[in-house]
Amino acid sequence: MHWLVPLPVFVPLTVAATMAAGSFVFGRRVADVLALLTAVATAALCIAILIHVGSGRDVYWFGGWKPVKGVALGISFTVDTFGAGTATLVAVLMVAAFSFSWHFFDETVEHRFTILMLVFLGAMVGFSLSGDLFNMFVFFEVMGVAAYALTGYKVETRAPLQGALNFAISNSVGGYMVLLGIGLVYARTGALNLAQIGRAIGGHGPDGLIIVAFTLIFIGFLVKAAVVPFHFWLADAHAVAPTPVCILFSGVMVELGLYGAARVYWTVFAGPFGAHGDALSHVLLGLGVLTAVLGAVMCFLQQHIKRLLAYSTVSHLGLFLVGFALLDHSALGGVAIYVMTHGAMKGALFIGAGILLHRLGSVDEEALRGRARHMPWTGLLFVFGALALAEVPPFGTGLGADLIEDAGSKAGYHWMPWLFGLVAALTAGAVLRATARVFLGLGPREVSRFSADGESQEEDESETQEDRGRTPKSMFIPAAVLLAACLGLGLVPGLAGRAEHAAVRFQDQHGYAATVLDRAKATTPPAEVSPAKWGGRLYGLGALGGALALAAYALFRNQIPEQVRRAGRALSLGSAFVGLRRIHSGDVSDYIAWLTLGIASVGGLFSLVLR
Amino acid sequence: MPFVLAGWLFVVGLYGIVSSRNFIHMVMCMGVLQSSTYVLLLEVGYKAGGTAPIFFDTQPSAKAVDPVVQALTLTDVVVGVTVAALLMALAVQTHKRTGSVDPTDTRIMAG
Amino acid sequence: MSTRTRLLLFVLPALGVAALLVWSFTGLPSFGHYPGPYGNVVNAQVVPVRHATNAVASVNFDFRGVDTIGEEFILFAAVMGTSALLRVQRRERQEGSSDDRDESHPAAETAGAVQVICMALVAPIVLLGIYIVVHGHLTPGGGFQGGVILATAPLMVYLGGRYIVFRQVSPKGLLDFGEGAGAGGFVAIGFIAMLAGAAFLENVFPLGKASEVFSAGTIPVINLSVGLEVAGGLLLVMWEFLEQALVVRG
Repeated sequence: MHWLVPLPVFVPLTVAATMAAGSFVFGRRVADVLALLTAVATAALCIAILIHVGSGRDVYWFGGWKPVKGVALGISFTVDTFGAGTATLVAVLMVAAFSFSWHFFDETVEHRFTILMLVFLGAMVGFSLSGDLFNMFVFFEVMGVAAYALTGYKVETRAPLQGALNFAISNSVGGYMVLLGIGLVYARTGALNLAQIGRAIGGHGPDGLIIVAFTLIFIGFLVKAAVVPFHFWLADAHAVAPTPVCILFSGVMVELGLYGAARVYWTVFAGPFGAHGDALSHVLLGLGVLTAVLGAVMCFLQQHIKRLLAYSTVSHLGLFLVGFALLDHSALGGVAIYVMTHGAMKGALFIGAGILLHRLGSVDEEALRGRARHMPWTGLLFVFGALALAEVPPFGTGLGADLIEDAGSKAGYHWMPWLFGLVAALTAGAVLRATARVFLGLGPREVSRFSADGESQEEDESETQEDRGRTPKSMFIPAAVLLAACLGLGLVPGLAGRAEHAAVRFQDQHGYAATVLDRAKATTPPAEVSPAKWGGRLYGLGALGGALALAAYALFRNQIPEQVRRAGRALSLGSAFVGLRRIHSGDVSDYIAWLTLGIASVGGLFSLVLR
Repeated sequence: MPFVLAGWLFVVGLYGIVSSRNFIHMVMCMGVLQSSTYVLLLEVGYKAGGTAPIFFDTQPSAKAVDPVVQALTLTDVVVGVTVAALLMALAVQTHKRTGSVDPTDTRIMAG
Repeated sequence: MSTRTRLLLFVLPALGVAALLVWSFTGLPSFGHYPGPYGNVVNAQVVPVRHATNAVASVNFDFRGVDTIGEEFILFAAVMGTSALLRVQRRERQEGSSDDRDESHPAAETAGAVQVICMALVAPIVLLGIYIVVHGHLTPGGGFQGGVILATAPLMVYLGGRYIVFRQVSPKGLLDFGEGAGAGGFVAIGFIAMLAGAAFLENVFPLGKASEVFSAGTIPVINLSVGLEVAGGLLLVMWEFLEQALVVRG
């Protein structure tokens, strides 16, 4: 029980409340400085907690209500390496976002924006650290409410309103599903602390109540994690939210959905489902592969750069879910490394998009054709981002992918490197194509080929207006630092082994319950750690080759001989893509219909295989 | 089976959101969907013949229903109200920009 | 998708979801037989240990106080969000400064009886609100409930046909202050405990004698701050919506 633990949650919340109470005292710059300092302090606190936790766990009982005879009376924050690591990622990306927004908004942003960002920060850190199921729901909702308001912040235009409404409605339904699941679990166990619930249901096989409660809580979190078919809201929200907000959305908020699902699975449901691990693994692998492929294809079809990056996030969430689905410590360690490095990389790429918006007033690939020739540094940012997307060594993304693939191959899924390669090629190819078009002016003119019913994207001119002469350092530096971190993490010696050990502790249900309820000292159960290596990563270069080929195809396909093109058309991929795009209709009622289909199918599968 | 009520509210709330052609109406449907969670929580904590968990003029030993679910419901109510307020604000702005609150007419992004 | 296609897509899965939920309900303990242990332990502890007679308030503000801080910040974020989303745009400002409009805005026609009743109700409502807030640890009520009642007092002024007076008795700066101070106050009580060497939000105030107004340590103090936040926040939301409806008008 260390006094540091509550601080990274409640310091930002206090600053937010103070800023609201004293809004007539603070000028804009004072508020900006205060917010940036708060984010830096929060990051420092998170790192201090990460170091303090070491290879153990820290349990903080709020109000001093320690458990009595195994019954938790109060709420605990149960911090382990993954929890503190996730919180650190949140805080670091928030520092980048505040630095970026220093020169970003034209209109004097009221304090409201800064205040909402600080609440968002506190809520995400709280969600990462919490050890109580209902408390996780509460922070999930704080995070949600702040995020909905931030998404719709640019109310001058129609698109942000649509994005925020779709986001808020989809995610609220997800939240209520989680709560319904909590009600079911509470009825069975009379407990809300994760450790206590896990212990109460651990001894029995799963029955209807446990399976349905798991389905509801799990899918509720997967809505946030944008797993197909619950992903529709993500592109709408990411395309329109202000860029600093996008950094956090793509970099960490979506991943927190998966973190919540994983946390709840390994502390609560791993007990009753332990005997059905293989069956569960198959269902989740299916969802993960579907998400990864669909996200990557949709990513390649986009012209709006923020929407393109949004779909690449969907695709990566699919890869993370694949890693999770293996239910293996090496794979989970790989996911942890990949999430960290993906957050840094995606943050940098969104900053790149934000710089384009700031300088040129648009993020549409076609509208920007060749207009960024005079911005080589920003172009380089995109190229390095694409290399990280392609999992090219020594970027840390490659290290994460490597661990997941190895674990997959060991489990007999030899197709896994192909899946990772396909996603890497499609997403990196899309970014390279956009970069070549925007910064070099290459490629044929596109007339919004796939846009359904002739709807056009509204120009995002609202964040900033005219052409600006220079890129402010406060924008470029955070992006460069994030990319360097993505590269550097891949070079830290022994990182893979440490992540795998942390994953072992994350998955150790009995150890977790013993630390929380019996005040036992946390230990790391012995586990085999795969040796660190880069040998298997040669195909990372292969993925880069694929990405280059795809980008080149998109840019120079008019030069391809007519016969080849006709053969290509016979595959009728084009109409399949049009259909795929039409499914993403932008109408939230459709999204909820798909959500219902998803609950019924996933729940139905669970009820068949988990009994 | 008084619990079936919670299931009914959840599914009928989903139906409302799926069939609704008006954002204001949709917010109301979300309220219906959410009420399934209140109903389930309060039903779960009920004890036959139990009193309210207020011991101002009863002895603490008296049989009382579960106070925890009531506290959770209070949180839940606040969540519902606040999300509704935000959605209404978005709907007001949408109507101002487009003159409509129909999710099909007002959309501008797809694909 | 047309509404028809969508409903066709929806109907079978919806039946599936309904079936799943019913299946799960068969595993619930039978109605009226709450199995425990959480609520029972809390019920047994509130009066002897916590000197509070309202068990729900003890759960909200003490045992699970962090949830309630989160809940307060949900409200806080929603209020900040609503007022950010409804902020008056540059374009709208050009159409005429809202102050001029205020003057020219015709007072809504309200019957004399309505005006008299509304004005007469203001003082009793304020009194009732304060009563509900300060007795939250003893009897049903507390900061959330009392805060909502308090927020209706200025609303009575508006209903009585005095929009301008409504804006005068609830100036935006003051509402902002109340909202922020209320939310911050709750967290501050948590930090005070830490400064006293206890856990965050642990009770460090004297407990007093159960069922008296000055008892139960932190709980009534937190109730006051929550009451302030809820009243300020709700008024701020209504203020923004009323301004949209009466002054800006698209």
